[in-house]
Amino acid sequence: MEWETVIGLEIHAQMATKSKIFSAASTAYGAEPNTQACAVDLGFPGVLPVLNQEAVRMAVKFGMAIGAEIAPYSVFARKNYFYPDLPKGYQISQMELPIVGIGYLDIEVDGKTKRIGVTRAHLEEDAGKSLHEDFHGLTGIDLNRAGTPLLEIVSEPDMRSAKEAVAYMRKIHELVRYLDICDGNMQEGSFRCDANVSIRPKGQKKFGTRAELKNINSFKFVEKAINIEVERQMDLIESGGTVIQETRLYDADKNETRSMRSKEEANDYRYFPDPDLLPVEITDELRKQVKADLPELPTAKKLRFIEQYGQDGESATILTSSRQLADFYEAVIKESGCEAKLCTNWVTGNFLGAINKAGLDINDTPISHQRLAGLLKRIADNTISGKIAKQVFDVLWESDATADEIIEQQGLKQITDSGAIEAIIDKIIADNPKQVEQYLSGKDKVFGFFVGQAMKATQGKANPGEVNKMLKDKLK
Amino acid sequence: MHNKTITEQAKDLRSGKYSSVELTQAYLQRIKKHKALNCFITVTEEHALEDAKIADTQLSAGNAKLLTGIPIAQKDIFCTQDIKTSCASKMLDNFIAPYNATVIENFNNAGAVMLGKLNMDEFAMGSSNETSFYGAVQNPWDTNTVPGGSSGGSAAAVAARLAPAVTGTDTGGSIRQPASLCGITGLKPTYGRVSRYGMIAFASSLDQGGPMARSAEDAALLLQTMAGFDSKDSTSVEQAVPDYSAGLNNSLEGLKIGLPKEFFSADLNNDIATTIEAAINEYRKLGAEVKEVSLPNMKLAIPAYYVIASAECSANLSRFDGVRFGYRCDNPADLNDLYIRSRGEAFGAEVKRRILMGTYALSAGYYDAYYIKAQKVRRLISEDFNKALSEVDVLMGPVSPSTAFAQGEKTGDPIEMYLADIYTIAINLAGLPAMSIPAGFVDNKPVGLQVIGNYFTEARLLNIAHQYQQVTNWHQQTPQGFE
Repeated sequence: MEWETVIGLEIHAQMATKSKIFSAASTAYGAEPNTQACAVDLGFPGVLPVLNQEAVRMAVKFGMAIGAEIAPYSVFARKNYFYPDLPKGYQISQMELPIVGIGYLDIEVDGKTKRIGVTRAHLEEDAGKSLHEDFHGLTGIDLNRAGTPLLEIVSEPDMRSAKEAVAYMRKIHELVRYLDICDGNMQEGSFRCDANVSIRPKGQKKFGTRAELKNINSFKFVEKAINIEVERQMDLIESGGTVIQETRLYDADKNETRSMRSKEEANDYRYFPDPDLLPVEITDELRKQVKADLPELPTAKKLRFIEQYGQDGESATILTSSRQLADFYEAVIKESGCEAKLCTNWVTGNFLGAINKAGLDINDTPISHQRLAGLLKRIADNTISGKIAKQVFDVLWESDATADEIIEQQGLKQITDSGAIEAIIDKIIADNPKQVEQYLSGKDKVFGFFVGQAMKATQGKANPGEVNKMLKDKLK
Repeated sequence: MHNKTITEQAKDLRSGKYSSVELTQAYLQRIKKHKALNCFITVTEEHALEDAKIADTQLSAGNAKLLTGIPIAQKDIFCTQDIKTSCASKMLDNFIAPYNATVIENFNNAGAVMLGKLNMDEFAMGSSNETSFYGAVQNPWDTNTVPGGSSGGSAAAVAARLAPAVTGTDTGGSIRQPASLCGITGLKPTYGRVSRYGMIAFASSLDQGGPMARSAEDAALLLQTMAGFDSKDSTSVEQAVPDYSAGLNNSLEGLKIGLPKEFFSADLNNDIATTIEAAINEYRKLGAEVKEVSLPNMKLAIPAYYVIASAECSANLSRFDGVRFGYRCDNPADLNDLYIRSRGEAFGAEVKRRILMGTYALSAGYYDAYYIKAQKVRRLISEDFNKALSEVDVLMGPVSPSTAFAQGEKTGDPIEMYLADIYTIAINLAGLPAMSIPAGFVDNKPVGLQVIGNYFTEARLLNIAHQYQQVTNWHQQTPQGFE
């Protein structure tokens, strides 16, 4: 039988606020356990939550970026369950009235664009962390993360393959970073997802029974987890079994999913509106403010780059993959005043190559856009050749000097004095009669030898165009 | 000096008639002497005397504030830094908060001296103070009877002159009913008027702290200290606090009083009805006009309240899980055992009953039938009050259907106990301010008159109470043996 896969994702994006969603404690990652949890995060008696307005702003920003309805009035609710890392015995979340309503996002898979619906996105607080190792059979609890603001982004079951799911997840990842509302750090848990996976015979309208794969924190694992789960469901059905609705855990080491709890064992969360918090009202004023703050979004930027800078689709995709990189690129163009093509080649080529090789984030680049622009200017005005420029680039990477300083100090300025070049070429022709003969007898390849000799003699500083032209003239 | 109001005491302290240390000592002695009443869970003697000393320095330096040197006692529901806050539960018998409730901060800033923490029903759930882990409180008017609840320790302490003024909290009548049963003056402010930060939550949408004192004049001073917007409480209202003492002497000429007919039905004890009618006659003499009004949905208040309050408390009390603070059972076998035994061993029967009711009401399949329906009823009740209060300035009626009942009389029948709050609960559902004012006695037991106002009309309510207290002396009566 031919099967169709149906996938919906619930993505948890940690909002990049300085303090927690309902308290003033810091959200910074990596502190000593329980040093960033105040009485509110610890759920002490009598304490009360106060909503962080910045988190609201960020959620609204996201909503606007996916063309969603922003609820003028949304409500926080208590989701009740007991767990040691959930201090209050309930999580403050949103249930019936989420802040962000129906929206969408376009993804591209195999050159085709597909629209994925976003059902809703709501704000909620994160729980703490239970640490089962290192405590000799006991469990340690770290509540630093408790109360960290999360935006849970729920998609429609619109994806039909693991590949599409990954494309969607990447797109959301790119978007939240563009909007500056999430740092997207998957290792630190700032961006993670649950996948609802089911299969149905191709052509059937009715959805199959789904399994929910919990807490997957990398693109690679999302793809693997979905594929292995789809395989499991197919095998199960084809061997006469039925899929039951349950929550499953993906084990990356064994590349398998296994049952955590079935629907019957599922908690009744007894949601009800949190009486400690007033409904969130989104005023027109706030809407306008956020709209004005909204940056150019990835798709629009990509189209503009193609249009404005004459880029091919691939370069535009690379350069708009993060807002910081796009900004860097445009700053280089502006600063250098060079042709876009030169800037594109250098930023996507040497620059990104070095950044990726060093495993750096664009924000941590050792070469500022000013210094890179300084280098490109010297290429454009023929002070140095492209080859020398690569040499200069390496020094730029290692030092704080400007391109001009490096060119000056190392004497890398291109020789443009045609008299000097002519003298060198004359000498090379005189010293290598055998090669001259070969060339003249039709062995064109030998021409490269002369160019090489000329560059070698000038330590690469001769203008290659000039050398070529002169050699051709002399060897006629 | 213990028979004086805090208004008088503040004057005496300023004129040097006696010192705050002397005044504080006098109360500390009375607290010891009348220990049998069981009003206090914690007496903070050393702490109080230290604060009194500081107050005396400030008084003599001439920079005294509103309550400088005045001894106050706090309901043990308000968190106090470095001093045990138990909420009258075994669960918090070992709990010391690392912070002060905003109300406590406000009293500290006003210069008050804290005598200790007052007994109450466990987690404020009860109408007789009999659910306290620390034992029942006796009503000084008849020590075989209950003082009411949940602020029973508060009311009894003021009635017995163990503290001149105290705080209480009111979720369904917990300030007004004990004030009525103990013959003192109590005010439940508009929801949102007094910060709930650091006040251990029972039912968040209903809880409200307020003053309990000998007179309306004293209650005004306390409310002045307690009220105000607090950025730590999202439900506190950002509205200026008026001077509650300024209008106490305003005339009541032309005051329109509404008598909800549902408050005077056949269920009301005849003698209490007579007492309330006599009080309303006093108001007629003061120039008020009286007319009958109706609150048609009143009868639904108790069922709606017990769904909403229980639902909220079932979540509010989930944090008491034996993990981070409070009681933890010995040698838990595993996580479930830790939860089940810690909560099972440390919560009392009434608390468990309400957690069960609330959990049930919120459960899948029942939520719409109970919680949503109760919220609809709540809106109807609010609308009834809004309508009635658009016709008149205030509503008057009894606080409680009976006077203080015998210890143990209703503990076996929770429904009977819940009916003790039949006249107070609807006001919490509507979020309105209301007072209990001593209005007479039936069989030597105090009877309270309830005055209900529109939102944020506390100043007017205090004025109405104060004017009554100028022409009556019910509020000045002292129970025998506590003079």
